[in-house]
Amino acid sequence: MISADLSVVLPEIALAVYAMVALLAAVYTAKDKAAPILIWTTSAVFFALAVWLGMSAGETRSGFGGAIVDDTFARFAKVVILVSAGAVLLMSTEHLRRSRALMFEFPILITLAVVGMMLMVSAADLMTLYMGLELQSLALYVVAAMRRDSLKSTEAGLKYFVLGALSSGLLLYGASLIYGYSGTTLFAGILSTIEGGEMPLGLLIGLVFLITGLAFKVSAVPFHMWTPDVYEGAPTPVTAFFATAPKMAAIALFARVLHEAFGTVPGDWGQVIAVLSLLSMALGAVAAIGQRNIKRLMAYSSIAHMGYALMGLAAGTQLGVQAMLVYMAIYITMSVGTFAFILSMHKDGQPVTDIRSLNMFASREPAKALAMLVLLFSLAGVPPLVGFFGKFYVVRAAVDAGLVWLAVAGVIASVVGAFYYLRIVFFMYFGEEGEARLDGAMPPVLWGFLMVSAFAMVAGVINLFGVEGLALSAAQTLVN
Amino acid sequence: MSVADFAFYCFAAVTVASGLFVVLARNPVHSVLWLILAFLSSAGLFVLLGAEFVAMLLVIVYVGAVAVLFLFVVMMLDVDFTELKARMAAYFPIAALIGAVFLAQLVMVFGVWQSSDGAALLRGAPTPDPAEMHNTRALGNLLYDQYIHLFQAAGLILLVAMIGAIVLTLRHRTDVKRQDVLAQMYRDPAKAMELKDVKPGQGL
Repeated sequence: MISADLSVVLPEIALAVYAMVALLAAVYTAKDKAAPILIWTTSAVFFALAVWLGMSAGETRSGFGGAIVDDTFARFAKVVILVSAGAVLLMSTEHLRRSRALMFEFPILITLAVVGMMLMVSAADLMTLYMGLELQSLALYVVAAMRRDSLKSTEAGLKYFVLGALSSGLLLYGASLIYGYSGTTLFAGILSTIEGGEMPLGLLIGLVFLITGLAFKVSAVPFHMWTPDVYEGAPTPVTAFFATAPKMAAIALFARVLHEAFGTVPGDWGQVIAVLSLLSMALGAVAAIGQRNIKRLMAYSSIAHMGYALMGLAAGTQLGVQAMLVYMAIYITMSVGTFAFILSMHKDGQPVTDIRSLNMFASREPAKALAMLVLLFSLAGVPPLVGFFGKFYVVRAAVDAGLVWLAVAGVIASVVGAFYYLRIVFFMYFGEEGEARLDGAMPPVLWGFLMVSAFAMVAGVINLFGVEGLALSAAQTLVN
Repeated sequence: MSVADFAFYCFAAVTVASGLFVVLARNPVHSVLWLILAFLSSAGLFVLLGAEFVAMLLVIVYVGAVAVLFLFVVMMLDVDFTELKARMAAYFPIAALIGAVFLAQLVMVFGVWQSSDGAALLRGAPTPDPAEMHNTRALGNLLYDQYIHLFQAAGLILLVAMIGAIVLTLRHRTDVKRQDVLAQMYRDPAKAMELKDVKPGQGL
């Protein structure tokens, strides 16, 4: 029995063992000097695991008494998490070295956070869910505060920790109420106690608390207040990481809880998710307009994008889950490219975050400016690019589920939000003349990710690289 | 009244009374001492229930470690509790209001308490019959067999906490003198000391 159970979590075990071996190896040898090598090997391990998971056959397996499942949905999310985490790690070396924050613990903490995320997306039990979430969050609190010499980084870590602890408390309170009213922590067991679409009030209250806790983690309005400060204060590579892998893990977990534990009563949670989605899109579109700091701007942008992803979830249908997965895959690809550009913004060895420093950037670096233009247009959802198809998918899912008002609100928010993306483009192409406020040099790794990501936004128009089909089969295992 | 009943009422009364004194005691050190008494008498209650493992755990972990830590913290930190209490009085009305609203809500929820038939059955399922299985063994079964993955995940979380504490606090200072034990041990007394014969009135 135990070997069958272990084979379900073999990738997680492999990654955890790698983290411990790497920790011991680095501590007893070169310490911080081993950091660049450790970052490269960690990324290689991530990519290898992603290939392994991507190649695995499509059957659903569950272990540990049904507390952990390994299905196409989990594998889809895990591949996205591993690839984006590996990409962000590769991009981080140069920036961390420049700000003298290159510590060997960084890749190890990221690895342990990824183990937590993989547990989260595989969780089919409230306790597994919580353990995965805490493992991920605790590692993220530490990397947010990693630059001890910077007041803002410390503030970001502390703020994230306090609010994260509060959200964990809410989530636990909800989980204990759900356990009390359903008598089990297994998602399948909870579903079996909701008979005939009739849910006890206690279970509903527990569900609302659970949603609140998870909304904190995906930074949906009104539980978003930590996002701009943490994005701004944390070192930029850490910000890039926050914007990618943890978002995918949290929203995949969200989808699994709602569909596997409460799938027969979509009317009870659909409206809550719809309101979260509406508020996130609205605030993300409006609040970013006044921002001059590109990291804060990306924070509001991520809030808005999570609103769109939640729109797919609010539909409560198979198409909705598929749309959400497609949207997240596209959003994370765009984020990796955009952050590759942001990580390269520096002047005389100091990182620059003011968007006005991009004035007339296009006349000096036409290729990079063009790539950034494509990414920003895609983030805004301008039609010919891939970002548009992501938005189109979730809007279609919402309309199909009868949430026309939400779809209309999403389109309006997208138009309003386009303003701040286009303003960056305006600065780059038609800004004021003046002396260069950015150094042109860009490490080849960053250049590569920027170009690949921008190219994907154009070339993906043909067939979205087959993500649709994969997302469909993932959604089918979750909703049937 | 059997002996067990009598023991139960004794332990229960002591638990409730010492719990009350934890809150009422003016001196925080006395509060911690009352807390230890509350822990001990609840351990007695656990023994009466046949859960001797939990009882021992309560004595060893809570009385032996947690309460002593509390005591240290209370005695080490110079906190002026009267000042804290004075500030609390200012917030009391709003706190009481929120508390009352919350209590009313809980009562309302409790009024419509209903759980499906399956729930009660499921809740009872993980508990084996005490006559068949020793409770230490039952706990071990849950912790190290059924939920082994959670136990290991908890271990990973503690590892992250440890790495995090080191990352955030360890500073390699080069400007301080450190004790080098080996160097001290292998010091040669003959070289470390030099006897000089100082003549009176001349100095060195």
